[in-house]
Amino acid sequence: MSILEIRDLSLRFGGVTALAGFTMEVRNGELLALIGPNGAGKTSVLNCISGLYRAQEGTITLMVPDGGRHSLHRLPPHRIAALGVARTFQNIELFKHMTVLENLMLGRHVHMKGGVLGGGLYVGRQRRREIEHRRCVEEVIDFMNLEPLRSAEVGNLAYGNQRLVEMARALALDPAILLLDEPTAGMNAEEKESMARFILDVHEERGVTVVVIDHDIDVIMDISDRVVVLDFGRKIAEGTPEEVRNDPVVIDAYLGRARGDVA
Amino acid sequence: MSLECGVFHTRYESDMGLRPRPMQRIRLAVFAVFVLVFPFVAGTYWLDLANQIAIATVGAIGLNILVGYTGQISLGQGAFMAIGAYTAGLLTLNAGLPWGVSIALACVLTSLAGTFFGLPSLRLKGLYLAIATLAAQEIVEWAMTHWTAVTGGTEAIVLPAPSLFGVRLNSTFAFYWFGVLMAAGTALFAANLFRTRMGRAFVAVRDQDIAASVIGVNLFRTKLLAFATSSFFVGLAGAMIAYYRTIITWERFTLETSIVYLAMIIVGGLGSIRGSFFGAALITLLPALITNAGRALQDTAPMVANLLPYAQQAVFGVVIILFLVFEPKGLSKLWGNVKDYFHVWPFAYRRG
Repeated sequence: MSILEIRDLSLRFGGVTALAGFTMEVRNGELLALIGPNGAGKTSVLNCISGLYRAQEGTITLMVPDGGRHSLHRLPPHRIAALGVARTFQNIELFKHMTVLENLMLGRHVHMKGGVLGGGLYVGRQRRREIEHRRCVEEVIDFMNLEPLRSAEVGNLAYGNQRLVEMARALALDPAILLLDEPTAGMNAEEKESMARFILDVHEERGVTVVVIDHDIDVIMDISDRVVVLDFGRKIAEGTPEEVRNDPVVIDAYLGRARGDVA
Repeated sequence: MSLECGVFHTRYESDMGLRPRPMQRIRLAVFAVFVLVFPFVAGTYWLDLANQIAIATVGAIGLNILVGYTGQISLGQGAFMAIGAYTAGLLTLNAGLPWGVSIALACVLTSLAGTFFGLPSLRLKGLYLAIATLAAQEIVEWAMTHWTAVTGGTEAIVLPAPSLFGVRLNSTFAFYWFGVLMAAGTALFAANLFRTRMGRAFVAVRDQDIAASVIGVNLFRTKLLAFATSSFFVGLAGAMIAYYRTIITWERFTLETSIVYLAMIIVGGLGSIRGSFFGAALITLLPALITNAGRALQDTAPMVANLLPYAQQAVFGVVIILFLVFEPKGLSKLWGNVKDYFHVWPFAYRRG
């Protein structure tokens, strides 16, 4: 059963075509990797899913576990988040002047209620809500081993830790599907390994469907159930890591082909 | 929030308190005692200054909610204070409402006006938004001086003195209590707001609006709510001025007012409630201090003393520039540094 279906997605910026009839399906509970050379359109796919870009053509349908079907391609980002789609960014987009705790509490935003008046008065219900959601956030902090950083201002954290906090914030949303845009970018081998473990933990222990973009082919091949390969805004291959690794089309896309070669 | 030796929170509730550490509560108590004793020992001159500080604190917290916490620059502070002042005054004069009701309605109306003038923020950021709010300032200023049928034009509006249980509230002593109550209430409201859901969303919009929307914050609603909340308190400050002076003139609410308030929150500390108070206090006291310094120097250095009144604007400017250069986080950060030093005192790791 699939949780997300993308059909014939086309996205153009003026004369530049970012996606050209891209079609992809994400199965419920899988760890899917999206790979491809630079500029292939991987991040554009994620941006379309989370509502930051509007594709000119095509459909994106989310099938949440309780059976509802939601068409995402006309929804604003905050509505998509409320449906259980969480993501991280290639360039880490955290709320830099807030603490780790506050960043994670923002992850609970869609699950919480309460406006300006309730918050400003901080009586009864609002107070209980804050405490209740603090409990959820502490669970995520435990899960991601962020205890020592809890009250640190995010802007002062080391790069690797910022990546963990960003993932924790996405997890705090209790997502049905988690989109990770290059979670290991700029990390050394050890940090990459630990990040890969966290991704596996999130997938296996919390049962979250994960779509991950990464350039580190070794990491991708190790952790993913299935791989989709993009080039020039199109899907050029799809399959298990082994199938994709040996696919000549994929090898061509990555390594190029000498002129005169015959396919 | 930093940990202090020997303080262990065993419940989230106590950890999430506004003042989770004993030292913070002691400082608050000391300050409260000072506030309670002050009006009995201070003369009218200083009491009047204290009242101005109370009003400015309400206005500065209001502006800080918008500019410091939500990152939406506004040059319309004067306009929103004017809407608060004129509404509070005219409702009592023309509709005969009690002054308390007028003030409450003035806050609500200013809040609505702020929301309306906040609409451009959905498309505009930074300087562009500043110019859009400048338009609000100009429109309201024009309305104050030209819409004679309602505002009386450039003529001052004189209000009846507000009274509570037979006590005239606009005397410096009586208003002091009202002012302190309003300022404390505003500060408490804002402090609560920024430790709960909507307040966090405000700050998220400031820090990283795209990430905020992707985590589920409705940017459209949140920005307008920030304008509404901010203007509510700015309107309150305006209404307080109206009833303190019992006279409303348009000169109090010009673009200069907007800039003075921006100076308060910059000097005090953007995105800080105690900073709003520090800034309001410093900017209010500065002219008084300069005048007093002039008097003190009258005999010893008459040259300087005669120059000082003219130098007031310049000193004002210099103070702002010094803060921008040396402590962009304002007085609030300086105060934080002092506290941090004593935090581990006398076991400091190093002496700087």
